Amino acid sequence: MSDDHDNSDRDPAARVKALEGMLVRAGLVDSAALDAFAETYEQRVGPRNGARMVAKSWVDPAYRKRLLADASAAAAELGFAGPEGRLTAVENTNRVHNLIVCTLCSCYPWSVLGPPPLWYRSFAYRSRAVSDPRGVLRDFGTSLADDIEVRVWDSTAEQRYIVIPERPAGTEHMTEEELAALVTRDSMVGVEILGSRPAQKKSK
Amino acid sequence: MNGVHDMGGMEGFGRVIREENEPLFHHDWERRMIGIGVLAGYRVNADEFRHAIERIAPADYLASSYYERWLRAAEGLYAQKGISGSEAELVAVAKVAASRPRRRARARFAVGDRVRARIMNPPGHTRLPRYVRGRRGRVIRDLGENVFPDTNAHHAGENRQHVYTVEFSARELFGVDRNPRDTVRLDLWEDYLERDKSTGEGAVRRKPSKRR
Repeated sequence: MSDDHDNSDRDPAARVKALEGMLVRAGLVDSAALDAFAETYEQRVGPRNGARMVAKSWVDPAYRKRLLADASAAAAELGFAGPEGRLTAVENTNRVHNLIVCTLCSCYPWSVLGPPPLWYRSFAYRSRAVSDPRGVLRDFGTSLADDIEVRVWDSTAEQRYIVIPERPAGTEHMTEEELAALVTRDSMVGVEILGSRPAQKKSK
Repeated sequence: MNGVHDMGGMEGFGRVIREENEPLFHHDWERRMIGIGVLAGYRVNADEFRHAIERIAPADYLASSYYERWLRAAEGLYAQKGISGSEAELVAVAKVAASRPRRRARARFAVGDRVRARIMNPPGHTRLPRYVRGRRGRVIRDLGENVFPDTNAHHAGENRQHVYTVEFSARELFGVDRNPRDTVRLDLWEDYLERDKSTGEGAVRRKPSKRR
């Protein structure tokens, strides 16, 4: 980056404020839009959206079919639509385990999961998810048998991916809402197998 | 460019650490920065914004957080384009949206085709990671046409072309000690691919699955 504009020694908060001021004066963004943007992810768009899609796919085979055929349309059915790239849902089975990454930056399905967590943006994850996915899964306490295919999706283009985890055993009596509460963010990226952690933590 | 951002397959970054009960934003300024990054960065020209992030000096890239890199890129992009001099110029730059004439490109590849990722290193932006260059895979899905990032990032034309999901075996990419079942799939533009006419051990050791 150009030396004459290297403000990196300054506090990020002050730099963001200065940048926002410039962009607002230039009419490129307005402060209300920036607030609204953050609020979207604080209040409406996050892993709960993806979880509702997953839970519905567990109880409604016709929805599952539509989700696998066109996840953007299936998300829109539930009122979740985003300007990000097209969405594809990939399903975990007893033979295939899917894992989502973006090695080049940190592309992520914002429209159904919200902004990515720190670990997804970490260099450790971006570097190793493609070359050592089983090791990465072990970092999360998830171990996979050798006869299961680990299928890694590196989001190099505008297509975004969400994993449909397997429905945990012993949940047959649960309602769709109860099931949705079981579905974690991490399971929809593919680093967690539902029901495999002793104390399942709900993700926000 | 072969930048430090192209991290697939690198080693030494350690374990992946998951933060329990992670907040959506770790600092107040990140709350503003996501809006600025998306509204003034990704939605103006995502390829150009990504490339601005890639041009951060490697040592600085590695020393900054994700949203600090967004901040640096936005500063660099708008400063470089003259935000410090003239706001009118800045407005003009931001209005250079993707609005080039469209052309329909016929797909060169079909599902099932064996392909090889080209060995290339363009000086600017590219979405072809180093770890697949020269490796053999198989087309498993045609995603239709999309803007070509390598030219679009530099305002050198949309160059719309088909993007394909290509499956590579983990062994083809990372060596024989990988699990023979494991695969990596990437979405690759047509200009990144050539037909694989080699015989012998194929890159993909089984038929692509029916579902995609």
